[in-house]
Amino acid sequence: MKRIQVLGSGCRNCEITYNAIREAARQAGVEIELKKVTDIATILGYGVMSTPAVVVDDKLVHAGSIPGPDQVRGWVKG
Amino acid sequence: MFDSIGNLVAYRLLNLSPTGQLGPALQFFVMDLAKIFSLLLVVIYLMGLVRSLMTPERVRDAIRQRPDWQARGLAVGLGAVTPFCSCSSVPLFIGFVEAGIPLGVTFSFLIASPMINEVAVVILIGILGWQLTALYVGAGLLVAWFGGLAMQAFRPERWVEGYVWQIRLGQSLLPENDRSLRARHRYALGELRTLVGRLWRWVVLGIGVGALFHGYVPESWVLEHLGGDHWYGVPAAVLLGIPLYANATGVIPVAEAMLGKGVALGTTLAFMMSVATLSLPELLILRRVIRWPALALFCVLLALAFMLVGWGFNWIAT
Repeated sequence: MKRIQVLGSGCRNCEITYNAIREAARQAGVEIELKKVTDIATILGYGVMSTPAVVVDDKLVHAGSIPGPDQVRGWVKG
Repeated sequence: MFDSIGNLVAYRLLNLSPTGQLGPALQFFVMDLAKIFSLLLVVIYLMGLVRSLMTPERVRDAIRQRPDWQARGLAVGLGAVTPFCSCSSVPLFIGFVEAGIPLGVTFSFLIASPMINEVAVVILIGILGWQLTALYVGAGLLVAWFGGLAMQAFRPERWVEGYVWQIRLGQSLLPENDRSLRARHRYALGELRTLVGRLWRWVVLGIGVGALFHGYVPESWVLEHLGGDHWYGVPAAVLLGIPLYANATGVIPVAEAMLGKGVALGTTLAFMMSVATLSLPELLILRRVIRWPALALFCVLLALAFMLVGWGFNWIAT
């Protein structure tokens, strides 16, 4: 199962990103493990200073903005 | 053109009198609403198209390990062109500290970033003309430069929360950006959606306040108290601006109305800077990384700097 993490201090854009990924997974019928990461040390541990950022299976794939729908679908299916 | 849209709605459709209070207020509201939103849509889209992603990560890499004056110059310049959401200021602050960037330089960045940005600049030019825009930007850059220097003189390191020094940044391994036109178009549309979604409330609020000021505040009162003849106009404007918070773009219509009624130039600029830069939410976010004495000092120094800007311009104008 794919593990996807949304990194962010809990601002609105992080929330939107989290929901977009959950929704995309549901539509694709894929089960994923989705987690919000708000701990600042962990976020910076990925070298990220601009949130929201997305980590798929421990690999950073996106940072600094709400991702586009194609991107989100790509991560969910992979 | 936008002027006539305002006239059409306020005086023709609603049949209000141009000499009353509600008429001019509504005319101002409609005119600025049309003008600012057209400008916003165009600017944000074009900027999204041409901007190769200026991320805080890149700013940090550009600034680190440079002599102080170069680092500060870059911090102020990049702060002015990089928009970042205030929810990023904590990771940004820690990222800068971890890179060994002096705190004073970080403060220069934190001052420049909310005060000056490309969207506000284009709208300023559209509403107030390029001369006033140049004055605002020039004064803003100076405040950011010297504000950061002044913070440094107080050794703010002692007020940074202990845990900040422990955090280590991982190597950022972001994939390269897609540079094709299609990807940039999509990025620009995304920017349009997020930025307009974030800005519109501030802009409508700013236009509303500007319209009320334009329609209901008597010119004679403004000229007597805020016309630049009294020293207290500037500190009053700055103090009023600290608790008030609006995005740099939202404060522009207010400034437009103030200038239109004869508020002195320096007083208006000081007010704009105070509203755009100092805000309680921003301070509360920064409180997670730095203790109150440093934040209080930050406010006092900035307030003083804005007053100097205000008095300076009022003095030059007379």
